[in-house]
Amino acid sequence: MEKDRGDSANQFFGGFGSFLRKCIFRILSMGPIPNHIAFIMDGNRRYAKKQGMEEGAGHKAGFLALMKILCYCYELGVKYLTVYAFSIENFKRKPEEVQSLMDLMLEKIGELLKEESVVNQYGIRLYFIGNLNLLSEPVRVAAEKAMAATAKNTKTVLLICVAYTSYDEIVHAVQESCKENRNEIETLYASKVSNGVTEGVEEGEINGTTEHDVQGSCENSLSESQALNTTRACNGVIGVEKKKGVTLRAIQGSCEDKWDEATSRTSNGVTEGVADSKKKQWMHPTIKLVDIEKNMYMGVAPDPEILIRTSGENRLSNFLLWQTTNCPLYSPSALWPEIGLWHLIWAVLNFQQSHYYFEKKRKQS
Amino acid sequence: MLFSLSPTTLTSSPRFKFHSCPHLLPPKPPPPRLRASSQAHHVILEDSGSFAGAGAAVEENILPAGLRTESLPRHVALVMDGNRRWARLRGLPVGSGYEAGVRSLRAVVELCCKLGIRVLSVFAFSSENWFRPQVEVEFLMELFERGMRDEMRSLLRHSLNQSKMERILICIHGFGLHLENIRISVIGDSSKLSRSLQELITRTEEATKTNYGLQLIVAVSYSGQYDIVQACQKIAVKVKDGLIEPNDINESLIEQELETNCTKFPYPDLLIRTSGELRISNFLLWQLAYTELFFAQSLWPDFGEVEFLEALKAFQERHRRYGGRDF
Repeated sequence: MEKDRGDSANQFFGGFGSFLRKCIFRILSMGPIPNHIAFIMDGNRRYAKKQGMEEGAGHKAGFLALMKILCYCYELGVKYLTVYAFSIENFKRKPEEVQSLMDLMLEKIGELLKEESVVNQYGIRLYFIGNLNLLSEPVRVAAEKAMAATAKNTKTVLLICVAYTSYDEIVHAVQESCKENRNEIETLYASKVSNGVTEGVEEGEINGTTEHDVQGSCENSLSESQALNTTRACNGVIGVEKKKGVTLRAIQGSCEDKWDEATSRTSNGVTEGVADSKKKQWMHPTIKLVDIEKNMYMGVAPDPEILIRTSGENRLSNFLLWQTTNCPLYSPSALWPEIGLWHLIWAVLNFQQSHYYFEKKRKQS
Repeated sequence: MLFSLSPTTLTSSPRFKFHSCPHLLPPKPPPPRLRASSQAHHVILEDSGSFAGAGAAVEENILPAGLRTESLPRHVALVMDGNRRWARLRGLPVGSGYEAGVRSLRAVVELCCKLGIRVLSVFAFSSENWFRPQVEVEFLMELFERGMRDEMRSLLRHSLNQSKMERILICIHGFGLHLENIRISVIGDSSKLSRSLQELITRTEEATKTNYGLQLIVAVSYSGQYDIVQACQKIAVKVKDGLIEPNDINESLIEQELETNCTKFPYPDLLIRTSGELRISNFLLWQLAYTELFFAQSLWPDFGEVEFLEALKAFQERHRRYGGRDF
């Protein structure tokens, strides 16, 4: 009898809690909602120690917290959620701990792919971001299977960074960019040889410093709050145009306007600098920011608008260094398994406040 | 004891709290300055090689209470934010804010010299700042040029009057950077600066390159992403020339090509950003992978000794694990 009453009470409060949460989210949704939130899930081991749990239990509690946050983000309308699950540096931990983390990952990926899991219920697409070749074969195979199985889901995207560091991501992007650049030079040389020097020179000028500066102008011309989506659109335009072999003169809209504005503002020294660079750069195409960006593992998502690191530590630990250049970092002192609804609400409220502040600044300028 | 600090409770990280718009805050009175002995001197010795500590030895009795030499950061990075807000809050023109910012910078540079910090990187002008109003950009460039020219003049005057030995034993109360035996390096896309400023930068870097005190790295027309792109471009040239294969590219190669290759200690241990903003804003992207971040509420012109020492104490209390060591 008492157990039944206890269960009913739990159900009632659970239901009321859910209702209250949905009301709060509805109010929050009247303002801008971040498109992408990233989390550094720090503090699982400290949590286990604090609770007197066995080693490894902290990470299991951490997984439950991840599912909870995933649900909240889904309800709130956050489209992208990225989490730092396992760094390449973490391979230096005790082998037993690394093995238990790999086993946990394998187990949880399996659970996520079940019919009744939250992934299928909410239409979540999974990405495993990192150097997956560093993972053991079963884990890598499971991760690839999970990505393929959820490829058609479109509601929310969960990016799980495993065997990841920003250094590794950037090195990989630089390697790919250099390979592409070398191929481009070889193709250009071949076209120069077959069609005469003039054509090669024109293309070189276009692909030289001028393009780089326009790219920079595109990225920097917008306010911080807008840059996240619009910049990527700008990059996409330039990237696509480049692939089709169309010249830069075809770039439209605010990118071109801002470039004109930038060139008219800069002093004579700048103009001279650009002209000198142009003369040097005609010889071969150079790598641009957009080239590196499109080769990043995280190129499948826009940049995060909020980064939250739990357990009170205030550092990035080699996570999304490229993508968080203009992203605020919040550091609640709660350990990751202790993260709750209020931390998320707080972060979103701060985001909304900054958003309005930057909008106001942009209008004033 | 040179310094006396009132006891402050410092946590290992800022609390997770709501930040109200700094520009709405009433003007803060300047914090009380600590009194320093006018007799203090320090001799700069070779780097001890320890990771956490400042390389140059500092006599214990010049450290404020609670700070340990071995736990001082070797390289501190600063995002000097809040000059314009500071001016607006006082009803002053924006230029006054920047000038007050320069005074703050001088004070922090002096403090770093006293404490034996080896490298101080400051974010003077970002790539994004080119899109500020033209009048403001021109004022900043002029301020920067004037500052460098003044230092060059002092350097020339000073080097004529001082012996080498006198230059080693340096008085803490410098009236210019040259008295602190400071080496100046400038990083960023200098192609966007005026020719006269580019030449001045080259001359200043050349003139101070043998100085072995604090290395002051000034980032002008800089962005962390730009730094990586230019490193990548240099590497691409090597690939094109057949010197390396793309698969040979590694972290070390990228690090060597970054603009911070002008220093032995390119990775800041501590980054301080003022004015309450909680972001990096494209400063030193690669180099900040494991840097401890400290977000100070003060606007940059109000950031002084007290705030700087508070940041150092907070740094001292941090546990740095680099992803590997057990907690």
